[in-house]
Amino acid sequence: MTAAGDPPTPAVWCSGLRRRYGRRPAVDDVSLEVGRGEVVGLLGPNGAGKSTVIKMLLGLVRPDAGEAMLLGRPAHDPAARARVGYLPELFRYQPWLSAAEVLALHVRLAEAGVPARERRECLSLVGLADRADDRVGGFSKGMQQRLGLAVALVARPELVILDEPTSALDPLGRADVRDIVLSLKSRGVAVLLNSHLIGEVERVCDRVVILDRGRVAASGTLAELLGRRALRLRLTDVSAEAEARLAATGDVVRAGDWFTVALPAADDGTAGSDVRCDVVPDVVRDLVTLAVRVHAVEPARISLEERLLGILRAGQGGDR
Amino acid sequence: MTALRTVLAIAALTLREASRRRALLAIAVLTVVLLLLSGWGFSRLAAESGLGTLTSGQARLAASQLLNLVMFGFSLIAALGTAFLAGPTLSGETESGIALAVLARPVRRSAVLLGKWLGLVLFGSGFIVLAGLAQCLVVLGTVGYWPPQPALALALLAGQTIVLLTLGLLLATVVSPMASGVVAVGLFGATWVAGVVGGIGEALGNEGIARVGAVSRMLLPTDGLWRGAMHAFQDPVVLARFGAELDGFPFLAEAPLTAVYLGWAALWVAMIWGLAAASFGRKDL
Repeated sequence: MTAAGDPPTPAVWCSGLRRRYGRRPAVDDVSLEVGRGEVVGLLGPNGAGKSTVIKMLLGLVRPDAGEAMLLGRPAHDPAARARVGYLPELFRYQPWLSAAEVLALHVRLAEAGVPARERRECLSLVGLADRADDRVGGFSKGMQQRLGLAVALVARPELVILDEPTSALDPLGRADVRDIVLSLKSRGVAVLLNSHLIGEVERVCDRVVILDRGRVAASGTLAELLGRRALRLRLTDVSAEAEARLAATGDVVRAGDWFTVALPAADDGTAGSDVRCDVVPDVVRDLVTLAVRVHAVEPARISLEERLLGILRAGQGGDR
Repeated sequence: MTALRTVLAIAALTLREASRRRALLAIAVLTVVLLLLSGWGFSRLAAESGLGTLTSGQARLAASQLLNLVMFGFSLIAALGTAFLAGPTLSGETESGIALAVLARPVRRSAVLLGKWLGLVLFGSGFIVLAGLAQCLVVLGTVGYWPPQPALALALLAGQTIVLLTLGLLLATVVSPMASGVVAVGLFGATWVAGVVGGIGEALGNEGIARVGAVSRMLLPTDGLWRGAMHAFQDPVVLARFGAELDGFPFLAEAPLTAVYLGWAALWVAMIWGLAAASFGRKDL
């Protein structure tokens, strides 16, 4: 807790985290921050080091170098995790305990003093109210993941770290998780969400950090990453000069007569803001001047998926 | 305070695991079978000596030997049981992922390890004390023999269990659950055999062979503690009379344990526990 007037410390802060497994660097100089009450998505391909970063934050894996803080305390101090909830990617709970007993155990370990009624509410939040007294050993994967979610939420956390929280859930379960994350956000609980499901991240996250081969490939608000828009044009009689004019505007992808041109972001970079208002008319005027026949001009929005793929492919291209 | 609460919470969890994983049931069934069989055996012994084929001294010697033999059976059950609980409870949890959620709580790994150790110690010692006491009562009821130092003997047997489960925990931090149990029990058996070999060496006056037992008792104190327990179970008068004839017999011990050896066993447990804590603390999950 910070004194009144002090700027609140971030929920997660890490700088220069590194970790090697043998000769292969799994995490290489990762720095990121999650503000209080902020929902940050961690994206990246398999083996990008997302889970390793999360485990280093939680003291489950020792970093070779770098520093991390959770809720204002150094991450190597167990007390830093007092108000942290965690759903691991590999979620397994004591099969000989009942769901209610698993929650009681975690409340005891977190010394949170959460009464039984509140623990029951937590189970019903994840849809396990009627299975509270059943042994976890008889639970399906999806139910175990729901239980894991309840474990992450039960000890009144100020930071929740969810590692692939919907990997075993059906579409209904995924919608539940989305609602839970949004409700955490509305209550000012910070969330670090690692997910393969870009749509999920796009819907709930304020900011996104993209990891690729152990490094931060890009990070920013969704508006910063997606604020760039594209223009789709169907053109014929395109001269080299006209192509150069298009390329001067932004990256061009050509498919037959269709040209997709990435447009520079608006100056203020806010979500939903348009490209500088004169760019599109200028391009069209110049193309017509260059005797290009313009059949169609339509706006296109870059999805997070396209952006992610673009970033990852650019990273690979730079390597080879 | 926080660490103490963690230790107690994990110890209680470990005991609950032992009781719910049917380990307790399996051990209870084995124990009852062994108690019944030994009760039958001892009653036969009483019947035979009643016919006058055995002198009272011989009967007491036989009772001492048989008691030691059955107690060896119990110590084996306790050793196998705790070694195979210690492995899965630690390395099994790190392998399956159960440990991830627990260790992400504000707990120190050493406190979690101490809690597990404490739970297993209570489980193993509780079993030894209950089963051992029941066995002593069976012997008392059938042949009227009561060991000279039953409390010391049971404490030493519990000590033997603690030594083995501590080793099991250390192994569980570095190898797979099954392997840790197998290696711990294998070492236990090897030390016992080395102890027997050493006893034969002593009987034959061969110092080289006798040293095998002495060295193995230092490396893994299970056999030394077991011999101390046997000594506390047997009738000292009878042993003094027949002792010389029975040199090297594996189910009789000639000498009590020294305080130095007990100190060494305690130090050994502390060192192995420290190694286990260091290994577990550095482990990536």
